[in-house]
Amino acid sequence: MALAESQSLRRNEPTDMTVGAVVDAAHSVRIDQVGVEERAASFTKRSIKTDAKLWGLDLAIRTMDLTTLEGSDTPGKVRALSAKAIHPDPTNPDIPSVAAICVYPNQVPVAKRALEGSGVHVASVATGFPSGQVPFSAKLDDVRAAVDAGADEIDMVIDRGAFLRGDFATVYEEVKRIREACGDAHLKVILETGELGSYDDVRTASWISMAAGADFIKTSTGKIGVAATMPVTLVMLDAIRDYWELTGIKIGMKPAGGIRTSKQALHYLVMLNETLGLEWMRPELWRFGASSLLNDVLMQLRTQATGAYSGPDYFTID
Amino acid sequence: MATAPTKKTAAKPTTKAATKSAAAGRLGVPKTYKLYLGGKFPRSESGRSFAFADANGEFLANVSQASRKDARDSVQAARKAQGGWAKATAYNRGQVLYRIAEVLDGRRDQFVAELVATGSTARAAEAEVEAAIATWIFHAGFADKYSQVIGSTNPVAAPYFNFSLPEATGVVALVAPQQAGWSLRGIAAVVAPAIVSGNTVVLVASELNPLTAISFAEVLATSDVPGGVVNILTGFVEELAPGLAAHMDVNAIDLAGVEDTTLARDLEATGAENLKRVTRPRTFAPRHVGELNEIVRFTELKTVWHPIGV
Amino acid sequence: MATKPSSTSAAAQAAATQPAATKRPAPPKTTRGKAGPNRWDYAPALESTKILQLKDRYELFIDGAWVKPTSKQYFQTVSPSTLKPLAEVAQGSAKDVDKAVAAARRAFENDWSKRSGAERGRFLFRIARILQQRAREFAVLESLDGGKPIKESRDVDVPLAAAHFFYYAGWADKLEYAFPGQKVRPLGVAGQVIPWNFPLMMLAWKVAPALAAGNTVVLKPAETTPLTALLFCEVLEQAGLPAGVVNIVTGDGTTGAAVVGHPDVDKVAFTGSTAVGKQIARAVAGTDKKVTLELGGKAANIVFDDAPLDQAVEGIVNGIYFNQGHVCCAGSRLFVQESAYDAVISKLKRRMETLRIGDPLDKNTDVGAINSKAQLERITTLVNAGVEEGAEIWQPACDLPKKGYFFRPTIFTGVSQSHRIAQEEIFGPVLSVLTFRTPAEAIEKANNTPYGLSAGVWTDKGSRILSMVSKLKAGVVWANTFNRFDPASPFGGYQESGYGREGGLQGLAPYLHIEKA
Repeated sequence: MALAESQSLRRNEPTDMTVGAVVDAAHSVRIDQVGVEERAASFTKRSIKTDAKLWGLDLAIRTMDLTTLEGSDTPGKVRALSAKAIHPDPTNPDIPSVAAICVYPNQVPVAKRALEGSGVHVASVATGFPSGQVPFSAKLDDVRAAVDAGADEIDMVIDRGAFLRGDFATVYEEVKRIREACGDAHLKVILETGELGSYDDVRTASWISMAAGADFIKTSTGKIGVAATMPVTLVMLDAIRDYWELTGIKIGMKPAGGIRTSKQALHYLVMLNETLGLEWMRPELWRFGASSLLNDVLMQLRTQATGAYSGPDYFTID
Repeated sequence: MATAPTKKTAAKPTTKAATKSAAAGRLGVPKTYKLYLGGKFPRSESGRSFAFADANGEFLANVSQASRKDARDSVQAARKAQGGWAKATAYNRGQVLYRIAEVLDGRRDQFVAELVATGSTARAAEAEVEAAIATWIFHAGFADKYSQVIGSTNPVAAPYFNFSLPEATGVVALVAPQQAGWSLRGIAAVVAPAIVSGNTVVLVASELNPLTAISFAEVLATSDVPGGVVNILTGFVEELAPGLAAHMDVNAIDLAGVEDTTLARDLEATGAENLKRVTRPRTFAPRHVGELNEIVRFTELKTVWHPIGV
Repeated sequence: MATKPSSTSAAAQAAATQPAATKRPAPPKTTRGKAGPNRWDYAPALESTKILQLKDRYELFIDGAWVKPTSKQYFQTVSPSTLKPLAEVAQGSAKDVDKAVAAARRAFENDWSKRSGAERGRFLFRIARILQQRAREFAVLESLDGGKPIKESRDVDVPLAAAHFFYYAGWADKLEYAFPGQKVRPLGVAGQVIPWNFPLMMLAWKVAPALAAGNTVVLKPAETTPLTALLFCEVLEQAGLPAGVVNIVTGDGTTGAAVVGHPDVDKVAFTGSTAVGKQIARAVAGTDKKVTLELGGKAANIVFDDAPLDQAVEGIVNGIYFNQGHVCCAGSRLFVQESAYDAVISKLKRRMETLRIGDPLDKNTDVGAINSKAQLERITTLVNAGVEEGAEIWQPACDLPKKGYFFRPTIFTGVSQSHRIAQEEIFGPVLSVLTFRTPAEAIEKANNTPYGLSAGVWTDKGSRILSMVSKLKAGVVWANTFNRFDPASPFGGYQESGYGREGGLQGLAPYLHIEKA
């Protein structure tokens, strides 16, 4: 499959499919748990070496949403993270910047200023992150505040309560209206897959989000025990592919939470490559939501360059 | 082709053989012995018969001499019946087998007389009928159990539910034992374990006593055994068995009563053409009845895998 | 085989082909927004063959010793991926088989049958453990000699072989639990002939239950893949197995026929083609030999429109491209419900584009080398027949190695029941796709074959699975999965796929006399 580097992406728009049609489309392909887990595990058997490894680690940085989502976040912390986002390894100017930093809405103005002109995006979580248990009007306000403050990307959470009680219409409508409130900001929809009952549910939530206009679908908030896994990501990648086949529109994918090592990141990239292909291997269509992953990737890159294993003391903790 | 020796009929009013009348002075109405095929009693398509004599060499009856075409028709009847018989519940098959025992028990005197006429002592004949009934009852009670004994759930090292269960092999050709004292119980010994699991059979009756086999067919016809499940051919092993061994729609063959070792070897080799499950000739003794292996040999073990997930 | 023996070891040669580490390329100048030049082609990740210490020449393993063949003849075993000779292997004759059977008989009478089940079990446990300890060595050798991807020999063949010994080790002292109410005793000498598709695994499937039940063994490995069986002799030595309990006689078909036909062999176990299986069934006619045959297949893999389609596609791929399709139970006939046809075929083709065909020792190889020239020719002939008969052929765009026996993963669409490729076992990476409309039609077509080894069913509906399972004429039915194997799970066929079962409790029965207690 040829890499379409310069191909511009058509942005996803909310569809006029009924929620019933969306759910039917999702259910037209069922998921077998054991089969999808075995397939996901098979990607970890690939041996990625030399050029491909370097390129993959590079890509891991370029597609990273460097994240801080703590109650203790301060402008100082966000500024430090922004500096790291632009120059992840100050000793090596060849290391690319990350894709975005991901913060709470309150920190968006700080991040925006710190990243000005760098090309690094500011992503803001919104909609009552992480639980989403706030009135819808508050969700909208949350989004508008972040967008007004200059967020390039909005990471919303779906209403899992509604989803689990079978009220798919509410989930669908909410995403549609949030998408509308985003304007030019790109929307990532967090399914919080760890709270959904099965892979079939993950697929259904993926379809509802995509049909409602999501630019990205994202696994997790990182705030509960179960975050991104390979199989759950695979289910979402398969859904993205089916949606693309139906509509011709490419939706991005963001596994978030629990991806801490270069090795894991490479496994995800192998899976991305062998399901959606090289076309998806770029920041417009793929993100790692992570915080501690970056230093491990930097350490690996230096190991590859020097041939000697590096240590954590040689990379900045921000 | 060897034919059974015959002699002229001599009325012997003291015997109770089926062909004769017990009532003195009454002219009996002898039975015509025909084949049992697809639940019906046709004559051989060849129109042939052979005279069969009693133990004293006196004429008892003309017995249908089945041809290779009759054997072929029997296989077709057996194949037609096989799906339905295998699909019947095990409980149902058990009851049908039990019904055979019931009907057999009701005709005990007839069989004793017939066995005596063909050479048994009265005591041995009674014991044989009793043994045959016992064999049918044993298997009737096994119908819904043998699969629990030989099937299994298998603890595989992965998230799969895995189980194995026996299924009928299909159509089985049987050569009845030719041993003295095993004409009625010999039929039970080979037919019951074959049909209990859902096979249908074509039985080549014992040359020693074809009459009992056909009288037993009357038992089958009047119990609840669906037509075609058991088909019985009278005639000669060396004429009938090669066609059955070569038949590509026969799945298994029991050479129980093939006494000629060269013929047995040839039949086994012929059966290899479609990899028939072959059971070699053997001498029956009472302890063999009820061998689990007699059932197992005409079953196929099916193993099923399914993932366990949500 | 005409190739000469190499002067240097094949292992060293294979190792020399490993590329030197490439230096780090300049990272992309752009900092974001572009993927940069594609360097995402996986570099070769070759498993080193340094671990192997192959001899130049292997003798026969009889009565615990390496014995020269009476014929004084040897043949080459060649790596199908490099075409390089690996070693010379002894051509066993009827006389050698005679010696081996005599050794096995002595070992049976004087030693093995006198040992307790617990003691036999301990030997088997030792063998299992040594196989695990030397797993890498066996995996590399299996891939080198047979052409299968190292990923499979490493993750499937060798672990399953070890697991098989471990499983049957535990049965050795529990035979009375296996057949309650019945008396069992070993048969004596088992003559076993195994195929080239899973050389070590088939050896384990044969040897483990035979020894657990108390028999001794004469085993003939396949002509093109004898090396892991010969390496296994070292395992037997390390385990301290008494001399003569297992004898390995290499050779060709005549050697196998001598094993099967030997008058002092009590039990014949064969895995291989249906044609040879029939010959064996004829050869043992009129003897007292007990026989089990694991033969060919033409398995139907049935996909309903409500199936988990992405997992079904994995199952289809695993079903037919696993081990280059050199699998008797391969899902070589795909039946797709018409309503799901387009989706399945497009997913399948896309998936096949990601298959990597190449060096069996490359850890990233999915499909390795065809086992032999003869097999490659057979596959080619049947594929040509498929094209001539009007089926539509499709192969992914992938490069094949310049050297060695390779064949592109192939699918045929528009296949009808009467085509040769729908009837004959191809034993290669070739899938025939047919369609159906109703469950009844699927069953009718699936069962329309003299074979009956395995089948697959894919559907989300539980009751339909059980209904299909009960109607399919096959010894193994994989529902919503395919090509799974486990020592605890009985395996074997209906009809012309053979008789007898290997694996599980039921896999002991073919190695025992069983009668009412």
